[in-house]
Amino acid sequence: MAVDQDLKIELGKQGVFITTLQELYNWGRRNSVWPMQFGLACCAIEMIATTMARYDLARFGAEVFRPSPRQADMMIISGTVTKKMAPQVVRLYNQMAEPRYVIAMGACAISGGPFKQGYNVLKGIDRYIPVDVHIPGCPPRPEALLQAFITLQKKIDAQPLTGPGRPRFLDAAAQGEFPVPVPGEHDLEPAFNQGVWPLPVLQPGKKD
Amino acid sequence: MKTIEEIKAAIEAAVPGAGVEVVVNPSPCAQHSLRLDPDSALAVARFLRDDPELALDFLSNVTGVDWPDREISEKVKVARTVAKTVDGVEQQVEETVDEIRKRVEPGCLEAVYHLYSVVRKHGPVVIRMRTGNRTDRVELPSLTPVWRSGEFQEREIFDLFGIVFNGHPDLRRILMWDNFKDHPMRRDYVEPDDYEYEPTAHDAVLAKAQAHRAAAQAGAKGQEGAGAAQ
Repeated sequence: MAVDQDLKIELGKQGVFITTLQELYNWGRRNSVWPMQFGLACCAIEMIATTMARYDLARFGAEVFRPSPRQADMMIISGTVTKKMAPQVVRLYNQMAEPRYVIAMGACAISGGPFKQGYNVLKGIDRYIPVDVHIPGCPPRPEALLQAFITLQKKIDAQPLTGPGRPRFLDAAAQGEFPVPVPGEHDLEPAFNQGVWPLPVLQPGKKD
Repeated sequence: MKTIEEIKAAIEAAVPGAGVEVVVNPSPCAQHSLRLDPDSALAVARFLRDDPELALDFLSNVTGVDWPDREISEKVKVARTVAKTVDGVEQQVEETVDEIRKRVEPGCLEAVYHLYSVVRKHGPVVIRMRTGNRTDRVELPSLTPVWRSGEFQEREIFDLFGIVFNGHPDLRRILMWDNFKDHPMRRDYVEPDDYEYEPTAHDAVLAKAQAHRAAAQAGAKGQEGAGAAQ
Protein backbone atom coordinates (compact mmCIF):
# COMPACT_ATOMS: atom_id res chain seq x y z
CA MET A 1 0.00 0.00 0.00
CA ALA A 2 2.80 2.27 0.89
CA VAL A 3 4.78 1.23 -2.16
CA ASP A 4 5.41 4.06 -4.56
CA GLN A 5 4.02 3.35 -8.02
CA ASP A 6 7.18 4.55 -9.81
CA LEU A 7 9.36 2.46 -7.55
CA LYS A 8 7.22 -0.57 -8.31
CA ILE A 9 7.66 -0.05 -12.05
CA GLU A 10 11.39 0.49 -11.63
CA LEU A 11 11.71 -2.66 -9.55
CA GLY A 12 9.64 -4.50 -12.14
CA LYS A 13 12.15 -3.56 -14.81
CA GLN A 14 14.83 -5.11 -12.65
CA GLY A 15 12.86 -8.34 -12.35
CA VAL A 16 11.57 -7.72 -8.83
CA PHE A 17 7.85 -7.77 -8.42
CA ILE A 18 6.33 -6.46 -5.25
CA THR A 19 2.71 -6.15 -4.28
CA THR A 20 0.52 -5.95 -1.24
CA LEU A 21 -1.83 -8.58 0.04
CA GLN A 22 -4.76 -6.23 -0.52
CA GLU A 23 -3.82 -5.60 -4.15
CA LEU A 24 -3.34 -9.26 -4.88
CA TYR A 25 -6.54 -10.20 -3.10
CA ASN A 26 -8.64 -7.55 -4.82
CA TRP A 27 -7.04 -8.33 -8.19
CA GLY A 28 -8.21 -11.89 -7.83
CA ARG A 29 -11.67 -10.87 -6.66
CA ARG A 30 -12.36 -8.31 -9.32
CA ASN A 31 -11.32 -10.55 -12.18
CA SER A 32 -13.56 -13.47 -11.33
CA VAL A 33 -16.92 -11.97 -10.57
CA TRP A 34 -19.43 -14.58 -11.58
CA PRO A 35 -22.91 -13.23 -12.28
CA MET A 36 -26.06 -15.05 -11.40
CA GLN A 37 -27.95 -16.41 -14.35
CA PHE A 38 -31.35 -14.85 -14.26
CA GLY A 39 -33.19 -12.16 -16.14
CA LEU A 40 -36.36 -10.34 -15.24
CA ALA A 41 -37.49 -8.54 -18.39
CA CYS A 42 -36.33 -7.04 -21.66
CA CYS A 43 -33.06 -5.73 -20.15
CA ALA A 44 -32.09 -9.39 -19.83
CA ILE A 45 -31.85 -9.53 -23.64
CA GLU A 46 -29.21 -6.80 -23.54
CA MET A 47 -27.48 -8.61 -20.70
CA ILE A 48 -27.37 -11.80 -22.79
CA ALA A 49 -26.01 -9.82 -25.73
CA THR A 50 -23.30 -8.44 -23.44
CA THR A 51 -22.18 -11.92 -22.53
CA MET A 52 -22.04 -13.12 -26.15
CA ALA A 53 -19.16 -12.86 -28.58
CA ARG A 54 -19.76 -9.34 -29.87
CA TYR A 55 -19.55 -7.53 -26.51
CA ASP A 56 -17.90 -10.37 -24.64
CA LEU A 57 -18.22 -9.80 -20.91
CA ALA A 58 -15.73 -12.68 -20.57
CA ARG A 59 -12.92 -10.20 -21.22
CA PHE A 60 -13.48 -8.94 -17.69
CA GLY A 61 -13.68 -12.31 -16.02
CA ALA A 62 -17.45 -12.49 -15.75
CA GLU A 63 -18.18 -15.15 -18.32
CA VAL A 64 -19.45 -17.88 -16.04
CA PHE A 65 -23.12 -17.29 -15.39
CA ARG A 66 -24.01 -19.49 -12.47
CA PRO A 67 -27.51 -20.95 -12.28
CA SER A 68 -27.32 -21.07 -8.48
CA PRO A 69 -27.09 -18.19 -6.01
CA ARG A 70 -24.64 -20.24 -3.94
CA GLN A 71 -21.97 -19.94 -6.61
CA ALA A 72 -22.63 -16.41 -7.82
CA ASP A 73 -20.83 -13.23 -6.79
CA MET A 74 -22.91 -10.67 -8.62
CA MET A 75 -26.57 -10.15 -9.25
CA ILE A 76 -27.62 -8.20 -12.33
CA ILE A 77 -31.19 -7.00 -11.76
CA SER A 78 -31.98 -6.91 -15.44
CA GLY A 79 -35.47 -5.55 -15.81
CA THR A 80 -38.75 -4.71 -14.15
CA VAL A 81 -39.10 -5.98 -10.61
CA THR A 82 -42.78 -6.55 -10.00
CA LYS A 83 -44.10 -6.50 -6.46
CA LYS A 84 -44.89 -10.18 -6.87
CA MET A 85 -41.29 -10.96 -7.85
CA ALA A 86 -39.53 -8.69 -5.34
CA PRO A 87 -39.63 -11.14 -2.38
CA GLN A 88 -38.03 -13.81 -4.56
CA VAL A 89 -35.29 -11.43 -5.70
CA VAL A 90 -34.49 -10.49 -2.10
CA ARG A 91 -34.53 -14.16 -1.12
CA LEU A 92 -32.10 -15.03 -3.93
CA TYR A 93 -29.85 -12.21 -2.81
CA ASN A 94 -29.94 -13.55 0.74
CA GLN A 95 -28.91 -16.97 -0.56
CA MET A 96 -25.82 -15.64 -2.28
CA ALA A 97 -22.54 -16.04 -0.44
CA GLU A 98 -20.36 -13.03 0.36
CA PRO A 99 -18.71 -11.27 -1.34
CA ARG A 100 -21.74 -10.28 -3.38
CA TYR A 101 -22.50 -7.28 -5.50
CA VAL A 102 -25.58 -5.94 -7.24
CA ILE A 103 -25.93 -4.06 -10.51
CA ALA A 104 -29.40 -2.57 -11.04
CA MET A 105 -29.77 -2.46 -14.80
CA GLY A 106 -32.27 -0.23 -16.53
CA ALA A 107 -34.87 2.34 -15.62
CA CYS A 108 -37.25 -0.21 -14.06
CA ALA A 109 -34.70 -1.81 -11.77
CA ILE A 110 -33.45 1.52 -10.46
CA SER A 111 -36.74 3.38 -10.08
CA GLY A 112 -39.71 1.56 -11.56
CA GLY A 113 -39.15 3.23 -14.92
CA PRO A 114 -42.20 3.71 -17.11
CA PHE A 115 -44.22 1.57 -14.68
CA LYS A 116 -43.32 3.68 -11.64
CA GLN A 117 -46.86 4.82 -10.93
CA GLY A 118 -48.33 1.36 -11.43
CA TYR A 119 -49.85 -0.69 -8.67
CA ASN A 120 -47.74 -3.75 -9.41
CA VAL A 121 -44.15 -2.58 -9.95
CA LEU A 122 -41.55 -1.96 -7.29
CA LYS A 123 -40.10 1.56 -7.40
CA GLY A 124 -36.50 0.38 -7.52
CA ILE A 125 -34.88 -2.73 -6.08
CA ASP A 126 -32.61 -0.55 -3.92
CA ARG A 127 -35.54 -0.26 -1.53
CA TYR A 128 -34.77 -3.77 -0.27
CA ILE A 129 -31.19 -4.71 -1.11
CA PRO A 130 -27.99 -2.65 -1.36
CA VAL A 131 -27.17 -1.79 -4.97
CA ASP A 132 -23.56 -1.10 -5.97
CA VAL A 133 -24.04 0.28 -9.48
CA HIS A 134 -27.16 1.79 -11.05
CA ILE A 135 -27.42 1.95 -14.85
CA PRO A 136 -30.09 4.16 -16.39
CA GLY A 137 -31.47 3.40 -19.83
CA CYS A 138 -34.44 1.65 -21.33
CA PRO A 139 -32.80 -0.73 -21.97
CA PRO A 140 -29.17 0.27 -21.42
CA ARG A 141 -26.81 -0.60 -24.27
CA PRO A 142 -24.41 -3.50 -23.71
CA GLU A 143 -21.64 -0.90 -23.50
CA ALA A 144 -23.45 0.64 -20.53
CA LEU A 145 -23.50 -2.72 -18.78
CA LEU A 146 -19.80 -3.14 -19.50
CA GLN A 147 -19.20 0.34 -18.10
CA ALA A 148 -21.17 -0.58 -15.00
CA PHE A 149 -19.16 -3.74 -14.63
CA ILE A 150 -15.88 -1.85 -14.95
CA THR A 151 -17.17 0.62 -12.36
CA LEU A 152 -17.89 -2.30 -10.06
CA GLN A 153 -14.38 -3.66 -10.64
CA LYS A 154 -12.93 -0.28 -9.68
CA LYS A 155 -15.06 -0.32 -6.57
CA ILE A 156 -13.82 -3.80 -5.63
CA ASP A 157 -10.25 -2.72 -6.32
CA ALA A 158 -10.55 0.24 -3.98
CA GLN A 159 -11.97 -1.72 -1.07
CA PRO A 160 -9.53 -1.88 1.85
CA LEU A 161 -9.33 -5.17 3.74
CA THR A 162 -9.39 -3.52 7.15
CA GLY A 163 -10.90 -0.46 8.71
CA PRO A 164 -14.03 1.37 7.69
CA GLY A 165 -15.15 0.80 4.11
CA ARG A 166 -14.02 -2.82 4.11
CA PRO A 167 -16.27 -5.30 2.33
CA ARG A 168 -19.23 -6.67 4.24
CA PHE A 169 -17.81 -10.17 4.54
CA LEU A 170 -14.78 -8.89 6.46
CA ASP A 171 -16.98 -6.97 8.86
CA ALA A 172 -18.41 -9.19 11.59
CA ALA A 173 -20.99 -6.60 12.55
CA ALA A 174 -22.30 -6.04 9.02
CA GLN A 175 -25.80 -6.97 8.09
CA GLY A 176 -25.82 -10.29 6.25
CA GLU A 177 -29.44 -11.12 5.71
CA PHE A 178 -31.94 -8.65 4.38
CA PRO A 179 -35.60 -8.93 5.41
CA VAL A 180 -37.78 -10.40 2.69
CA PRO A 181 -40.90 -8.26 2.13
CA VAL A 182 -44.22 -9.98 2.65
CA PRO A 183 -46.99 -9.59 0.08
CA GLY A 184 -49.75 -7.94 2.07
CA GLU A 185 -53.39 -7.27 1.36
CA HIS A 186 -52.75 -4.04 -0.55
CA ASP A 187 -48.99 -3.72 -0.99
CA LEU A 188 -45.67 -5.24 -0.03
CA GLU A 189 -44.99 -4.98 3.70
CA PRO A 190 -42.86 -3.12 4.51
CA ALA A 191 -42.82 -0.81 1.48
CA PHE A 192 -39.05 -0.39 1.84
CA ASN A 193 -36.18 -1.44 4.11
CA GLN A 194 -35.22 1.57 6.19
CA GLY A 195 -31.73 0.19 6.82
CA VAL A 196 -30.91 -0.16 3.14
CA TRP A 197 -32.89 2.73 1.76
CA PRO A 198 -33.10 5.62 4.20
CA LEU A 199 -35.64 7.94 2.67
CA PRO A 200 -33.62 10.21 0.35
CA VAL A 201 -33.89 13.86 1.33
CA LEU A 202 -35.20 16.04 -1.45
CA GLN A 203 -33.10 19.12 -2.21
CA PRO A 204 -34.19 21.97 0.09
CA GLY A 205 -35.27 25.11 -1.69
CA LYS A 206 -36.11 23.16 -4.80
CA LYS A 207 -39.46 24.08 -6.19
CA ASP A 208 -41.83 21.17 -5.96
CA MET B 1 -70.97 -13.54 -42.44
CA LYS B 2 -74.36 -12.95 -40.89
CA THR B 3 -75.21 -9.53 -39.57
CA ILE B 4 -75.58 -9.06 -35.85
CA GLU B 5 -79.39 -9.11 -36.13
CA GLU B 6 -79.25 -12.37 -38.06
CA ILE B 7 -76.99 -13.89 -35.42
CA LYS B 8 -79.41 -12.72 -32.75
CA ALA B 9 -82.31 -14.33 -34.63
CA ALA B 10 -80.34 -17.55 -35.08
CA ILE B 11 -79.54 -17.67 -31.38
CA GLU B 12 -83.15 -17.07 -30.43
CA ALA B 13 -84.31 -19.79 -32.79
CA ALA B 14 -81.76 -22.31 -31.55
CA VAL B 15 -81.80 -21.59 -27.83
CA PRO B 16 -85.36 -21.00 -26.67
CA GLY B 17 -85.66 -18.39 -23.97
CA ALA B 18 -82.20 -16.99 -24.54
CA GLY B 19 -81.93 -13.37 -23.54
CA VAL B 20 -79.99 -11.62 -26.29
CA GLU B 21 -79.76 -7.91 -26.81
CA VAL B 22 -77.95 -6.05 -29.57
CA VAL B 23 -75.57 -3.36 -28.30
CA VAL B 24 -75.19 -0.85 -31.10
CA ASN B 25 -71.83 0.78 -31.62
CA PRO B 26 -72.57 4.20 -33.12
CA SER B 27 -68.99 4.89 -34.21
CA PRO B 28 -67.94 4.46 -37.88
CA CYS B 29 -66.50 1.00 -37.20
CA ALA B 30 -70.05 -0.15 -36.38
CA GLN B 31 -68.81 -3.13 -34.43
CA HIS B 32 -72.06 -4.08 -32.78
CA SER B 33 -72.12 -6.66 -30.07
CA LEU B 34 -74.53 -9.00 -28.34
CA ARG B 35 -75.30 -8.79 -24.66
CA LEU B 36 -76.19 -12.22 -23.35
CA ASP B 37 -78.28 -13.08 -20.37
CA PRO B 38 -75.84 -14.85 -17.98
CA ASP B 39 -78.35 -17.64 -17.27
CA SER B 40 -78.47 -18.82 -20.86
CA ALA B 41 -74.98 -17.70 -21.90
CA LEU B 42 -73.39 -21.13 -21.74
CA ALA B 43 -75.99 -22.65 -24.08
CA VAL B 44 -75.67 -19.69 -26.44
CA ALA B 45 -71.88 -20.01 -26.43
CA ARG B 46 -72.13 -23.71 -27.30
CA PHE B 47 -74.47 -22.84 -30.15
CA LEU B 48 -72.13 -20.14 -31.48
CA ARG B 49 -69.25 -22.58 -31.49
CA ASP B 50 -71.08 -25.62 -32.85
CA ASP B 51 -73.42 -24.03 -35.38
CA PRO B 52 -72.00 -25.01 -38.80
CA GLU B 53 -72.76 -21.63 -40.33
CA LEU B 54 -71.24 -19.50 -37.55
CA ALA B 55 -68.59 -21.98 -36.34
CA LEU B 56 -66.99 -19.45 -33.97
CA ASP B 57 -64.30 -21.84 -32.87
CA PHE B 58 -61.68 -19.35 -31.71
CA LEU B 59 -61.93 -17.16 -28.62
CA SER B 60 -59.41 -14.45 -29.32
CA ASN B 61 -59.76 -12.12 -26.41
CA VAL B 62 -61.62 -11.73 -23.14
CA THR B 63 -61.63 -8.48 -21.29
CA GLY B 64 -63.53 -6.68 -18.59
CA VAL B 65 -65.27 -3.36 -18.24
CA ASP B 66 -66.12 -1.60 -15.01
CA TRP B 67 -69.27 0.49 -15.05
CA PRO B 68 -69.35 2.47 -11.80
CA ASP B 69 -72.54 3.79 -10.25
CA ARG B 70 -73.65 6.76 -12.28
CA GLU B 71 -75.57 9.77 -11.11
CA ILE B 72 -77.96 10.99 -13.78
CA SER B 73 -79.59 14.36 -13.44
CA GLU B 74 -82.41 15.12 -15.80
CA LYS B 75 -84.76 18.02 -16.25
CA VAL B 76 -88.43 17.21 -15.83
CA LYS B 77 -91.37 19.48 -16.42
CA VAL B 78 -93.66 19.47 -13.40
CA ALA B 79 -97.09 21.00 -13.19
CA ARG B 80 -98.07 22.53 -9.89
CA THR B 81 -100.63 24.85 -8.41
CA VAL B 82 -99.51 28.06 -6.79
CA ALA B 83 -101.35 30.88 -5.11
CA LYS B 84 -100.85 34.09 -6.98
CA THR B 85 -102.33 37.50 -6.95
CA VAL B 86 -103.67 38.37 -10.37
CA ASP B 87 -105.29 41.80 -10.85
CA GLY B 88 -105.55 42.21 -7.11
CA VAL B 89 -107.49 38.96 -6.71
CA GLU B 90 -105.86 35.98 -5.08
CA GLN B 91 -106.41 32.83 -7.05
CA GLN B 92 -104.93 29.44 -7.72
CA VAL B 93 -102.90 29.25 -10.92
CA GLU B 94 -101.52 26.19 -12.68
CA GLU B 95 -97.99 26.56 -13.94
CA THR B 96 -95.25 24.38 -15.30
CA VAL B 97 -91.74 24.53 -13.88
CA ASP B 98 -88.50 22.73 -14.64
CA GLU B 99 -87.27 20.47 -11.89
CA ILE B 100 -83.91 18.71 -11.84
CA ARG B 101 -84.25 15.15 -10.66
CA LYS B 102 -81.25 13.05 -9.77
CA ARG B 103 -81.18 9.30 -9.75
CA VAL B 104 -78.33 6.86 -9.34
CA GLU B 105 -78.02 4.21 -11.98
CA PRO B 106 -76.39 1.20 -10.33
CA GLY B 107 -73.12 0.09 -11.84
CA CYS B 108 -72.03 -3.35 -12.89
CA LEU B 109 -69.09 -5.30 -14.21
CA GLU B 110 -68.98 -6.57 -17.75
CA ALA B 111 -67.01 -9.31 -19.47
CA VAL B 112 -66.43 -8.95 -23.22
CA TYR B 113 -65.53 -11.89 -25.47
CA HIS B 114 -64.18 -11.55 -29.03
CA LEU B 115 -64.90 -14.60 -31.16
CA TYR B 116 -63.55 -15.56 -34.57
CA SER B 117 -64.02 -18.51 -36.85
CA VAL B 118 -60.89 -20.13 -38.15
CA VAL B 119 -62.87 -22.63 -40.22
CA ARG B 120 -65.15 -20.07 -41.91
CA LYS B 121 -62.58 -17.25 -41.77
CA HIS B 122 -64.86 -14.63 -40.32
CA GLY B 123 -65.23 -12.56 -37.21
CA PRO B 124 -65.10 -10.97 -34.83
CA VAL B 125 -68.38 -11.50 -33.08
CA VAL B 126 -68.41 -9.66 -29.78
CA ILE B 127 -70.48 -10.97 -26.91
CA ARG B 128 -70.90 -9.37 -23.51
CA MET B 129 -72.26 -10.36 -20.14
CA ARG B 130 -73.08 -8.13 -17.20
CA THR B 131 -73.08 -8.88 -13.50
CA GLY B 132 -75.91 -7.87 -11.22
CA ASN B 133 -73.89 -5.21 -9.42
CA ARG B 134 -70.33 -4.41 -8.44
CA THR B 135 -70.28 -5.68 -4.88
CA ASP B 136 -71.99 -8.97 -4.07
CA ARG B 137 -73.66 -10.17 -7.26
CA VAL B 138 -70.49 -10.43 -9.33
CA GLU B 139 -70.91 -13.94 -10.67
CA LEU B 140 -70.99 -14.87 -14.33
CA PRO B 141 -70.90 -18.27 -16.02
CA SER B 142 -67.43 -19.17 -17.23
CA LEU B 143 -67.11 -19.80 -20.96
CA THR B 144 -63.85 -21.70 -20.50
CA PRO B 145 -65.66 -25.05 -20.83
CA VAL B 146 -66.67 -23.91 -24.33
CA TRP B 147 -63.43 -22.17 -25.39
CA ARG B 148 -60.39 -23.40 -23.52
CA SER B 149 -58.39 -20.30 -24.42
CA GLY B 150 -60.53 -18.27 -22.06
CA GLU B 151 -58.96 -19.84 -19.00
CA PHE B 152 -56.10 -17.44 -18.27
CA GLN B 153 -58.01 -14.42 -19.50
CA GLU B 154 -60.96 -15.12 -17.23
CA ARG B 155 -58.48 -15.56 -14.39
CA GLU B 156 -57.05 -12.17 -15.24
CA ILE B 157 -60.51 -10.58 -15.16
CA PHE B 158 -61.17 -12.29 -11.85
CA ASP B 159 -57.90 -10.86 -10.59
CA LEU B 160 -58.17 -7.31 -11.86
CA PHE B 161 -61.95 -6.70 -11.94
CA GLY B 162 -63.28 -9.20 -9.42
CA ILE B 163 -65.80 -11.02 -11.60
CA VAL B 164 -66.30 -14.55 -10.27
CA PHE B 165 -66.64 -17.04 -13.12
CA ASN B 166 -68.76 -20.02 -12.11
CA GLY B 167 -67.60 -23.25 -13.72
CA HIS B 168 -64.03 -22.09 -14.31
CA PRO B 169 -61.67 -25.04 -13.79
CA ASP B 170 -59.01 -23.13 -11.85
CA LEU B 171 -60.14 -19.72 -10.68
CA ARG B 172 -57.19 -18.14 -8.88
CA ARG B 173 -55.46 -14.79 -9.11
CA ILE B 174 -53.01 -14.79 -11.98
CA LEU B 175 -51.08 -11.51 -11.86
CA MET B 176 -51.32 -10.33 -8.27
CA TRP B 177 -50.44 -12.50 -5.28
CA ASP B 178 -52.99 -14.73 -3.62
CA ASN B 179 -53.74 -12.71 -0.50
CA PHE B 180 -54.06 -9.42 -2.40
CA LYS B 181 -57.49 -8.00 -1.64
CA ASP B 182 -58.14 -5.27 -4.24
CA HIS B 183 -59.08 -5.29 -7.90
CA PRO B 184 -56.71 -2.79 -9.51
CA MET B 185 -58.58 -2.25 -12.78
CA ARG B 186 -61.76 -1.12 -11.08
CA ARG B 187 -62.43 2.56 -11.34
CA ASP B 188 -62.62 3.02 -7.57
CA TYR B 189 -59.34 1.22 -6.82
CA VAL B 190 -57.34 3.03 -4.16
CA GLU B 191 -53.63 2.60 -4.80
CA PRO B 192 -51.16 2.26 -1.93
CA ASP B 193 -49.81 5.62 -0.83
CA ASP B 194 -46.14 5.17 -1.69
CA TYR B 195 -45.28 8.69 -2.79
CA GLU B 196 -42.60 9.16 -0.16
CA TYR B 197 -39.87 9.83 -2.74
CA GLU B 198 -40.76 11.63 -5.99
CA PRO B 199 -37.74 13.63 -7.13
CA THR B 200 -39.22 14.78 -10.45
CA ALA B 201 -42.93 14.84 -9.72
CA HIS B 202 -45.35 16.85 -11.80
CA ASP B 203 -49.12 17.09 -12.38
CA ALA B 204 -51.12 14.35 -10.70
CA VAL B 205 -48.08 12.72 -9.15
CA LEU B 206 -46.96 16.03 -7.69
CA ALA B 207 -50.35 16.50 -6.04
CA LYS B 208 -50.15 12.99 -4.57
CA ALA B 209 -46.56 13.50 -3.39
CA GLN B 210 -47.53 16.77 -1.69
CA ALA B 211 -50.53 15.11 -0.05
CA HIS B 212 -48.25 12.33 1.18
CA ARG B 213 -45.74 14.82 2.57
CA ALA B 214 -48.45 16.83 4.34
CA ALA B 215 -49.85 13.65 5.88
CA ALA B 216 -46.37 12.53 6.96
CA GLN B 217 -45.64 15.91 8.56
CA ALA B 218 -49.00 15.92 10.34
CA GLY B 219 -48.27 12.40 11.59
CA ALA B 220 -44.81 13.41 12.86
CA LYS B 221 -46.25 16.45 14.62
CA GLY B 222 -48.99 14.31 16.18
CA GLN B 223 -46.38 11.94 17.53
CA GLU B 224 -44.31 14.81 18.93
CA GLY B 225 -47.41 16.20 20.64
CA ALA B 226 -48.16 12.80 22.16
CA GLY B 227 -44.54 12.53 23.36
CA ALA B 228 -44.69 15.98 24.98
CA ALA B 229 -47.96 15.08 26.72
CA GLN B 230 -46.34 12.05 28.25
